Amino acid sequence: MALNLNPNFSEAGKHYFNAYSPGDDFYEMLINTHRDLSDEQSELLNARLILLLANHIGDIGTLREALNVAREGV
Amino acid sequence: MLKTYTYPKFEYRTPPEIASGKTLKVPVVVVGAGPVGLGAALDLEQQGIPVLLLDEDDTVSIGSRGVCYAKRALEILDRYGVGDAVCSKGVSWNVGRTFFREEEVYNFNLVPEPDHHRPGMVNLQQYYLEEYLAARAASLPDIDLRWRNKVVSVAQTGKTVTLKVETEDGAYTVETDWLIAADGARSPIRRMLGLDIEGKIFMDRFLIADVVMKADFPAERWFWFDPPFHPGQSVLLHKQADSVFRIDFQLGWDVDPEEAKKPENVLPRIKAMLGDEREFELEWVSVYTFQCRRMGRFNHGQVLFVGDAAHQVSPFGARGANSGLQDADNLGWKLKLVIDGKAPAVLLDSYSEERIFAADENLVNSTRSTDFITPKSKVSRTFRNAVLSLARDHAFGRALVNSGRLSVPAFLTMSSLNTPDCEGDKFAGRMVPGAPMDDAPVLDNGAQGWLLNKVGNRFFALYFADDPAALDATTVSALTELSVGGIAVQPLVISCKPGTVAGNVPSLEDPRGIAAQRYDAKHGTVYLLRPDQHVAARWRAFDANKVKAAVARATCNA
Repeated sequence: MALNLNPNFSEAGKHYFNAYSPGDDFYEMLINTHRDLSDEQSELLNARLILLLANHIGDIGTLREALNVAREGV
Repeated sequence: MLKTYTYPKFEYRTPPEIASGKTLKVPVVVVGAGPVGLGAALDLEQQGIPVLLLDEDDTVSIGSRGVCYAKRALEILDRYGVGDAVCSKGVSWNVGRTFFREEEVYNFNLVPEPDHHRPGMVNLQQYYLEEYLAARAASLPDIDLRWRNKVVSVAQTGKTVTLKVETEDGAYTVETDWLIAADGARSPIRRMLGLDIEGKIFMDRFLIADVVMKADFPAERWFWFDPPFHPGQSVLLHKQADSVFRIDFQLGWDVDPEEAKKPENVLPRIKAMLGDEREFELEWVSVYTFQCRRMGRFNHGQVLFVGDAAHQVSPFGARGANSGLQDADNLGWKLKLVIDGKAPAVLLDSYSEERIFAADENLVNSTRSTDFITPKSKVSRTFRNAVLSLARDHAFGRALVNSGRLSVPAFLTMSSLNTPDCEGDKFAGRMVPGAPMDDAPVLDNGAQGWLLNKVGNRFFALYFADDPAALDATTVSALTELSVGGIAVQPLVISCKPGTVAGNVPSLEDPRGIAAQRYDAKHGTVYLLRPDQHVAARWRAFDANKVKAAVARATCNA
């Protein structure tokens, strides 16, 4: 499965009137999840999140591609 | 400073009540002649209600302030008679550029969606909008517009609101059935009535400057995150009318605002930003903080709050004046029905409910933009910068960049005034009950026009027909009957074919079928449209009784 680099957020059963809404919904959730954490705790949260999502994706080829894209821009 | 614009000085006239000593009795008073108060007065005037409009000052907004007027606001301004003036003076822009540190990460071109009368937005200094609205209001005999008339006390007893108004010649008393408070974020009316507004102040300051560019500079929106000329902060550059550019510098909380706005401190910032010897002149500069807050309800007995008096948002996304004009749009027809005794006063609760729903949507969107532009924690900043670094190469990253989401009207899908679709009536598209109407090009007796300019100010039943000339007598007579009765519904037939309807039912031609497509209409589809151009109900088959029931529901008469 090729890595999807196009906007891809949605929630089942939810009708969006603006294209930016699902992405903004996610981003707000992401930032809120970190609320009141120390920097160190936030780092741990991020690592846990990456591992959870990586396992969910599962496909090593896709993950390799994502890792490469992430690394390229750093 | 200020070279491109001459502030009008509106004439103060001694109120006749000062000499007569009589109490002035009027059905509606609007306090505050900013964009929203003027809009509310114009809306009521269109409904046939005389309005007393009071303002403590005698000129327009100082400095550009509100800059961006979005499509829905422009459509409302069309209804108020100033849409053309605003659009022809305003600057249209399509290209936006986003910079992160030294480089441009991406740009976008917001090509306007074709076949709408008004563009997504125009940029215009607020003083022009106010000037046009004030001129329009002054031309209408039913609006008694009084400058330098300051409300100093307000009391509500039963169904009457009593105001004490001060002028340089003395004070007088006004008694009114309804008071619309459009007196801004600090709303003295709200304070005098002891009402709360809750929310939070953002610990940030912005320096705003109006700058006249001497040379050509593109009509684009430029947004910088963490630029080298203003490290760690954000900067926005926008073109307005008269080659005046508006620049917003984020300052942070620790900067002394009085120091920051001195020309000797402002000019180097702008020079650093322009990065060359481009000549410019400073017209106006100010520092602001903002709050995100709203009242628990917008109607309190006979007093109705609109605009910033009722709700305030961060400026990102232009949701201040735009949403305030939508308050006026939502309120005018409801107040008219209540004043005429055609709807119970509880209809005004729906004003509060619907506009609170919209205000909360605006608060969510502007708070999200604020959090992206000014991250509050290290991790939030890291994510923000990660998004920006991905935006250059990847579409999903660009979609997450939030430098302000343009104001769009709320879809009032939760409103108790809506009649839900009948079971079995299947519709595609956006025009659900509660939706603000989509525009479409139409022909009216062969003349080119726009659907939104053909409806509004009262209820309409928009009937989609394959062939207007072939409509059967039963349908025609049922449509005609809708316009009779307590709350008249104006029937309007729309068809891809030219032709006229029997009887005197007006019709429009939809030559390219764009209206039919946007409303997912088939022959016999009917939309009930509110006076504020929102969809109240729709059916696949016309049944006059269902239309009447939906009108009753939309006016709290059910």
